[in-house]
Order: sequence, then C-alpha cells, then structure tokens
Amino acid sequence: MHDRIRFLHGDQVVEVGDCRPTDTVLDYLRLRCGLTGTKEGCAEGDCGACTVAVGELHDGSVRYRSFNSCIQFLPTLDGKQLITVEDLARNGALHPVQQAMVDLHGSQCGFCTPGFVMSLFTLFQDRLDQAPTRAEIDRGLAGNLCRCTGYAPIIRAARASLVPGRRDRFSDAVAATAERLAALQPPDCLRLEHEDRLFLAPLSLDELCALLRQHPDAVLVAGATDVGLWVTKDLREIDPVIYTGRVRELLELGIDADSGWLAIGAAVNYTDAWPLLAEWYPAFGPLLERLGADPVRNAGTVGGNIANGSPIGDMAPGLIALGARLELRSADGARHIDLEDFFIDYGRQDLRAGECVARILVPPPPEGLCFDIYKLSKRFEQDISAVCAAFALTLEADRVATARVCFGGMAGTPRRATRCEAALTGQAWDESTLAQAMAALRADFSPISDMRASAGYRGLASVNLLRRFYLATTDAPFPVRLSSPHEPL
Amino acid sequence: MNRSDRQANPSGVVHHPVPHDSAHKHVAGTAHYVDDLPEPDRLLHAYVGVSEFAHGRITELDLHAVQSAPGVVAVITAADIPGSNEISPIHADDERALCDGLVEFAGQPLFAVAAHSRDQARRAARLARIRHEPLPATLELQEALEQEQYVLPPHHMRRGEPETALQRATHRLQGEVHTGGQDHLYLEGQVCMAIPQEDGDMLLNISSQHPTEIQQTIARALGVDDNAITVEVRRMGGAFGGKETQAAQWAVIAAVLARHTGRPVKLRLDRDDDMRSTGKRHDFLIRYDVGFDDDGRIEALAVTHAARCGMSADLSGAICDRAMFHADNAYFLPHVQIDSYRCKTHTVSNTAFRGFGGPQGMLGMERVIDEIAHYLGKDPLEVRRLNFYGGEGRDLTPYHMQVEDNIIQALVEELAASSGYPERRREIDAFNRDSPVIRRGIALTPVKFGISFTTTHLNQAGALVHIYRDGSIHLNHGGTEMGQGLMTKVAQVVADELMVDLRRVKVTATHTGKVPNTSATAASSGSDMNGMAALAAARTLRERLTAFAAESRGLAPEAVEFRHHEVRIGEETLRFEQLVEQAWAGRVSLSATGFYRTPRIHYDRDRARGRPFLYFAYGAAVSEVEVDTLTGEHRLRRVDILHDAGRSLNPAIDLGQIEGGFVQGLGWLTTEELWWDDAGRLRTHAPSTYKIPTIGDLPEAFHVNIWARGDNDQGTIHRSKAVGEPPLMLALSVHSALTQALAGTLGGQRLPGLDAPATPERILRCLQSAP
Repeated sequence: MHDRIRFLHGDQVVEVGDCRPTDTVLDYLRLRCGLTGTKEGCAEGDCGACTVAVGELHDGSVRYRSFNSCIQFLPTLDGKQLITVEDLARNGALHPVQQAMVDLHGSQCGFCTPGFVMSLFTLFQDRLDQAPTRAEIDRGLAGNLCRCTGYAPIIRAARASLVPGRRDRFSDAVAATAERLAALQPPDCLRLEHEDRLFLAPLSLDELCALLRQHPDAVLVAGATDVGLWVTKDLREIDPVIYTGRVRELLELGIDADSGWLAIGAAVNYTDAWPLLAEWYPAFGPLLERLGADPVRNAGTVGGNIANGSPIGDMAPGLIALGARLELRSADGARHIDLEDFFIDYGRQDLRAGECVARILVPPPPEGLCFDIYKLSKRFEQDISAVCAAFALTLEADRVATARVCFGGMAGTPRRATRCEAALTGQAWDESTLAQAMAALRADFSPISDMRASAGYRGLASVNLLRRFYLATTDAPFPVRLSSPHEPL
Repeated sequence: MNRSDRQANPSGVVHHPVPHDSAHKHVAGTAHYVDDLPEPDRLLHAYVGVSEFAHGRITELDLHAVQSAPGVVAVITAADIPGSNEISPIHADDERALCDGLVEFAGQPLFAVAAHSRDQARRAARLARIRHEPLPATLELQEALEQEQYVLPPHHMRRGEPETALQRATHRLQGEVHTGGQDHLYLEGQVCMAIPQEDGDMLLNISSQHPTEIQQTIARALGVDDNAITVEVRRMGGAFGGKETQAAQWAVIAAVLARHTGRPVKLRLDRDDDMRSTGKRHDFLIRYDVGFDDDGRIEALAVTHAARCGMSADLSGAICDRAMFHADNAYFLPHVQIDSYRCKTHTVSNTAFRGFGGPQGMLGMERVIDEIAHYLGKDPLEVRRLNFYGGEGRDLTPYHMQVEDNIIQALVEELAASSGYPERRREIDAFNRDSPVIRRGIALTPVKFGISFTTTHLNQAGALVHIYRDGSIHLNHGGTEMGQGLMTKVAQVVADELMVDLRRVKVTATHTGKVPNTSATAASSGSDMNGMAALAAARTLRERLTAFAAESRGLAPEAVEFRHHEVRIGEETLRFEQLVEQAWAGRVSLSATGFYRTPRIHYDRDRARGRPFLYFAYGAAVSEVEVDTLTGEHRLRRVDILHDAGRSLNPAIDLGQIEGGFVQGLGWLTTEELWWDDAGRLRTHAPSTYKIPTIGDLPEAFHVNIWARGDNDQGTIHRSKAVGEPPLMLALSVHSALTQALAGTLGGQRLPGLDAPATPERILRCLQSAP
C-alpha cells in the first residue's frame, strides 16, 4: 500500500499525503496552492468555471480530458497530470486557444473564461490533424456556461485555434510526459489517511471486495459527479471513501467471452463507453450527447448512474428496455440479476452489504429490433431528464413480437410500462394498436410534479413519445424529429 | 473646435474594435475577482443562516450550537448591528440586513457567523435551532393582485380617451400573457471582503455595480459617516443588474462582523444560497384590451401590468415604471391607458435585471400586435409596419415625449430584406402544410429602448484623470466593470482626447475615494455618462497643456496641435511625455476631475409627462424556430439581427453586447424557469435545475450586424448609443416566432396564448388548450 498521492501538477511532480478524502481539486488549487485562475461558479459540476484538464496515460500516450475540479476529489489524481489555466501561457506568450479568445473577443466578464480555455485546450489536444465540426465544438464546450457573450465569439475562437496540424508544447512533449506518468503510476492500493478519514483506491476487484467486507459502510466513488455534491452542497462527511476508478476489472469494456454480450465495467466512464455502446445501439449516441457534458461524461460512469439508484438516471431506461443484466460482486463471489430488478424502490436497490456493481451486461440486438431512446428536458444540453423513454420492439411481419418499454422520471425508479407492453405484444403495429398502447401507458404511471415538469406534462409527453416512436418506425412521410440548428440553412 | 467634427485620431482608437482591456488577464487566469485577492492576515470567513419558511415570526433563535461549532469566532444577529439594520435602496424601511423577527421569504438571512474557514462557517450556519409562528404566505402573483397586496402604490399613465376609443373601435380584443422571472446567474456569485482600518474605518472589496450605495449602506449600519467607508470594485464576474442593490446585504453583514471581531472578513455565497436569497427579474402578468381598424391599425390600448415584486420594494418602483415606458415598444398608440400594480408576495424581493422592466412591457405590446395580425389573417410584420411611430401626428409616446430620432422603419426594412423574411415566411408556410408534427415559425420584432435613468437626478457621473510625469495616464471614473467593456471604452475616449496610445492609459478600480457620489452602473448608461465625464477631465488637462505650451513659447493656443502621441507647438514638435514633463516643471496641475449631467431630460411622475429619455436605441431581429408538437421541444434555427449603436465607440464590444444580450433574452423566454414549491421555497436554485442557454442553443445561422447608418444627434460621447440592455429584447422575436409556429397548427381566430418561458411544457399546454 502507498499512503500518499503523486501526480504531475503542470510539469512538477507533487506528492500529497495530508489531504482529506473529499478535498476537491478546486480547493487544492485555490486554497492550498494559491492558484486562483480556476474559478468556482456553482460547486456542483454544472457551470464549468472550474474546468481543468487532466492528462492520463492511455495506450502509451497521454490523453487530456476536461473535468470539473469543484467535484473532483484530489486523491483521484494519483498518477495523473493536472493542467490549469496558469500552465498554458509561457513567458508571457499565450497558448493558441487563449490568443484566439483575446483576438476574437471571447471574454467579457472573464469569470467563465479560464474554464472555456481549459475545455478548448482539451479540444486542441484531441486529434491534432483535424478541425472539429460545430457539433464537436459544442460537445467540447457544452459543459461551460457563459452568461455574457452568447457563445458566438467563443465558437469563432474555437474555429480559429483548432486548425489541422496544430501543436503546442504539451503535444510536443507527449512522449516525455507519458514516460513521467508511467513512473508515477500507483504501484498498489492507495490508502490515504488524514484527520482520521480514509481514502482507499484498490487496483483489483478482489482487493475492492476485501475492502468492502472490511468497511461495509464505505462510500464507493467513481466519477463523483453525484457524490461530489453530497460534499459540496450537503456538507456530508463521507468516510471511508473507496475509489473504483483504479480497479482494473471495472475499467474493462468489451464483449464478454462466455455470453457474447457487451460488458461494461462499472467504472467505465460515459466518454469511454460511448463509441462501443453506440455501435451496438445507435440510439445511445444522441442520448449520450445530451447526458451531462464532456466534463461530466469524462468523470461519470455508466455503473455509477445505475448504482446510485436515481429515478432519473438516463442510462437505465434504454438498458432495461434491452434486457440488460447486472453482475454484482462481493468477497463471497458474483451474482447476476436483471437490471430492472436492481431498482426496488425510490432510494432502495438490490445491493447487499459488501457488494458492488461490477459489470453491466447488454445483450446483442435481436432480429427485427426497433429501438430508440428519447429524452425530454428544458434544455437540450446538460440537463436532467423530465422524462426519458426507451422503446424496444421486435417486429415480425408488421406484428409486434416482443415489446419492452421503460421510462425514467415517471416513478420512484426507472420502470417498465407493463400495461403498455401488454397492449403492444402480439398486435399489428398500426394506429389502432398505438391508440390502445397509449391508453395503457397512461395507466402505467402516476408521475409527480416537480421543478422539471408537472405530472400532466409527463403523462402527456410520455404517450406522445410512443406516438413519435410509432411514426419513426412506420416511415411517416413527414419529419418527426427536430432538425439540427447547427447545419447552415 | 467641435470634437465630433474633428478629424479622427490617427491612432484610430475611438470607433475601433480594440479588445477588452482585461482580455489577456481573463484568458490567462490572472484577472483578480474579489475571491482571488491576496487574503489579509487573520482573515475570517462569514456565512449566513437563512429561513426555511416563507412567512412567519421567529419565536426562538437558539444559536448555541452555532457558537460552539469548530472554528467559530463570532455570531451576530440583528441586535448586533451598531447602526441601522435597514438596507432598502429607496429607504422604504422594508428590508433588513438581518431579520429582526418577521420572516417574509424562504432564504431570508437570520444570523451570520464568522469562522476561521469558509467550510467551518458554512457548517456552523446550519446548526441553529429556530422556532417560528407561521403566518399565511402569499406566494402567487395573481393572488397578491386580487388581494391588492402591494409594495408600492399603483401607478397610471394615460393619453387621450382610451375608453371611448375602445368602444368606438372596429375590432376589439382582450387577452393576457404571463412572463416568468429570471435569475441573473452571473458566473461569479455575491462576494465581498471587509477590512478594518484605523479609526474604525472600513475598506470593502466587493463585486457590486453600486459602490456608493454600498458605502452609504455600510456607513448607516455601522453608525459612522460615509467618509469612514471606502469601497473598491475592480471588476465583477457578471452582474446584469443582480449586483445593483443585491450586494449591499452581504457587505453590511461582512462589515458588521469585521467591526465586531476587529478582523478582516470575507463573505462569499454558495451558488444555491445566492439564488435562494437574492432577487431576480420580476415576473409580470399583463392584460390588454386593444381596439383596431380593418387594416390592423391600433386605435386604443388599455394595458395592465401586475409585477411580482416579492417581499419589499427594492427598485420595483422604477422597474415597473420602465415597463410602462416600454408598453408601447416602437408603436404609436393614439389613445392609451397603462395601469401598473406592484404586488407583494412572500418570495425574495425582485430587483434590477438587464432591461429593468422594459422587456416585460415590450413583450405585452408584441403579443398585442401578434394578436391583431392573427385575428385579421395578416402577416404580423405588416401590422407592425402600420403601427410604427412616424408620420403626421404619430410621434407622441404615452408619457407625452416626442419621438424625435425614429429610425425604426428604415432599420426594419433593411433587416426584412437582408434576412429574406418575406420569402422565408412563404417557405415556412409551404413546409408547415406538409408537416403535421414538426412546425416552423418566423417573426420579426423591433426594439425601441429609452436611454437615461428615469429617475432624473441619477443621470450624473464623475471622473478623475491624472497624467504622471512619464506621460502615462491614470484613469478613474464612477462606472464599474462587469464585463461590458466600459473601462475599455472610457479609456478609448481618454486616449483619443489626449492623442496617446491606448496602452498609456491605465484603467483603475472604481473607488469611492477617487470619484464620490456616483450612480449605479446601470440603465445602459455606463459609457454615455462616464465617457462624457472622463472626456471632460481629459479635455481640462489638454487645455491646461495647450495653454502652458502656448504661453511658455509666447504663441497663441491655436499654434498647439495634439497629434498622435506628439504635440506640435508652432514649428516645434514634442513627444507627449516631453510636454508633460515641461508642464510639471512649469507647475501645471496634471490631475483633473470631470463631471457630466445628462442634458434636456425632465419628468413629472405625478402627471406621467415629460422627457425621461435623452434618446432611444433601436434594433430589430428575425428569428426562425421549429417546434415538435408531440413534446413541445423546440429549436432556434436562424437569427438575423440589425442593431443601432449610434456611431459605435467600439464595434467589437458592442457586437458582444448585442449577441450576448440576445442569448440572455433567449434564455429568459425559453429555458429559464423559476419554480417554487408549495411552501414558497425556490427549487430551481442552481445551474443543475435552472437552465440558462448553452452553446448548442446558438444556431449556426446567427447573423448579427451593427447598423452601419447608426448615429446620435444628441451630442452623446462620440455620437455613440448605449448598448447594454436594448439587445436583450431582440429575443422577443423568438417568442413571437414560437407563437407563429403554434398559430399555424391550431387555427382559430385567437392566437394561442403562449406564456414565457416557452418551455416544452408550456408549448404542449398551449397546444392542448386549443379550441
């Protein structure tokens, strides 16, 4: 075991052994290092003023991604590189993304600007030979709120600086940085104890299970996009913290050799899961586009989205509709359950003491599958769903052979619409079945009213989403989805 | 020589798109905001404990656990405030720094704590035991209106004989529209640091638009003279009106704790507490009764505004007045009655927000136009054109001010053509014929916005300019920088007047010790007023230098000519700093103040008559939207804007105000929804639940232009126009376009009553309520 973290802060190796498990990277920067370039806008990972870049060893190289430092716990930086806005300019010369922001008037009050600069920096390092599309710029910057500019000059600055063939001192030094990071990789489990509080970062699933047996009350933390708020908003003292982000098996993503199913390790973040998940089921692409934003997707995990039991987690409806299963692990061994059975009630999951979610297993698409996921929220990007609907129908000769329909935001847990499914199964896929299924769906749920939507809207919109699915799968001769506003008219 | 006739400075500093003076610091992370300042020795951190209920009387405030919490140094309540606890900006005696028994909204500060760390202060502030006797809470605007609960008396404006004209009108329609409030969501929350000085004086570093008011309020709270308090504001991380009056409460609390402990105290609110405990834009209920002829020409309009002011008056009087001043937008109303009710609810006291009531007033008027057009089956743009100010006897506002500078027709025609409005409207009709689920809409709406504080005496500004012996210039004025580029613009003015490079002019923090008795940086007036005051100071210095140069050489003043960074004196040419050095040796004062009072304005509020505005700023926007009728989701497809900035002082900065203002208005009208629960607690109190626009909400087709023919005949600073607030109202085109998209779907004689913000839910509700 090692008892202190080591990471690159800019170019410097830093060792820290005297931090609390839930000290945030932002507080480390501002309060401990006196580096005030990184700002606190919301302390909940929703505004991006605190964005930093984190470099991680990946395939022998370094991959830079954006993170919300306000909810990222410092000990998670063990073996990584932290880059902040202070690190970019050299000898008074601005980095190309900074210079473009100056030249194209991308700052007004300037408070969000360091965060934008760091998000632009991560876009800069990604695929140096390509200019990003507008959609890619949006994806990279959607986690950064600006209240002054209306974003137009920031888009101009992105386009001016993210040109093919770009390079900077970070991209030039990638090989050397990779070597330095390799030398900093944690050799074994991190056990950081400070002020009677404990942060544990095991490297293997067996180690994790052993620690869970030893500390059944431990809080498992992956991306901390949820747990971070317990700390910054509820001021909860969580102890001990067990970080899953280093557990080898939980970071695996691929096809399970035994079943041929897609297996997503519980600590795989959204960004990493995205390509394969969308390859198997393209509907996950547009959904992930709207799930959080890059800094959230780079930290948050598919497993965490499920394990926290939220009724509005966006991953569950689609996965349940597809019949996904969960692998739960403890020191006593593995247990497999249907994902839908994991959610027992609001705030209650089928997770025993000492147990953790290990893998999400997604079946391959059956013959004749029509599948889609629809998310409704007030804002398109980085908003929490009022309603999230997933429809998985298999059609045989225009009849519905099987139907699995699952909703988030309509009950205390993500839940299947069983009456609706019954009204669909075995029926012709036509208007009259649709009408019956819509009526049945109305009876499936008694949603609540809250700040995201009223019960009335949830009820009406949910059945209209079934209509949309019907229109989309029956080749309606008119558009049924809004067009992208980012293609020139 | 008349300055505006003078040849432009060859350095090209005025009217040129120079970057924001802090741009380099913004992108490098070296720009200091209050929380970034080096912390003084022995600094304490303050936090507040707030009420969880909307209305009631505190019967017990047990703070023992707070006092004994780790790290706590001091705890204060209202009783510990040495002077006045009253913080109303209009001295209405209806708002307290710390509650003195009566709670009138959930989130109201009850006590404050100072501790060694902010974390300790926040934790301690949650440990109070509070008992209270509940009182009935009025949470809805409609309810307050019906019960005639007001924070200020109703106000009325009238011209002509509206009742008779309405009865005589060929057509008559009545309706109502509700607009939601808006949180400022400045990225930098409320923050201040109070540092005790000798003699019990206090220095405040604060994020505030109104340093003078902070100074006065703290002086009253501490029971000292104003001259004992110094307030400094270098920059704010956004404000938008939310730091005009709303910064004072935290400043008072920090200053009282600093006085109490003798130690510096910093108070920075967490985002959630900031949103729960500070005021927002007023939501309005607008009812209208309009009479018009067969062509759609308005004959009379009676309109009622009811505004949610929250628990106190704050600036609601002036805000509601400005809503009335803009109830006409750009349209002539032959007979008009405007009634305004300033309703009291047990919610946080609403406050200034970019536009200051103007947006709400104008939204009502644009709804009326859309109603008329729909009723008559006409293109709304035709009805707009028909009703614009202009033409014989059609230039008098409801408050009896002549519209002398009207350019709306020319500007609108140029935009209608450049945006392809007529063709696109036809294309959209064709699209909608074959598209029952996805519907499109387009609208062009105008903006006419009155420039000046409507409280006439606020229209004054001061500046202070020093020239040092090396020729470098220190510029100070009463305006504050919140991102709008004010400092840059005023520095441009000074550099231009003294014909020096802009980099020789140092912009310095706003400071009550340098320029006293200032008005808030508000009402879009910043560069108009501070630019003129700085110009006056710089001109004084230039005149002194000219006189010295001429006299010392026995020449006439006409022989002295300021050129780009040099001065010609007869046949001799000196560098600017050489003349400065000579002038210093010649015992010439190189420091001057400047002062400006806006001319020509006057207003008799009792009679609702006068000329409250020096001039109007104009603009227009065309927006095209697409709506999903199954879910109510919608997207903005294209925007075209043409906006009048007069002769822009800085086209880059002005473009930024126009683009940014539009998007802020877009948020107000679409995604930004304030939602209170049944107990009166705001539940959308963080960016996780309160959704301002993100980058993806900006369409690729976003064509924004400053009107090339812009001018200002009112002798404003280099004939520019104020540009801070007016562009926000360009976003009304989005709301109108959404209404158009729904109108085509629903048919019927009456326009669908789409309220704001037009969330998917409101859109769907609107579609459901169709006849």
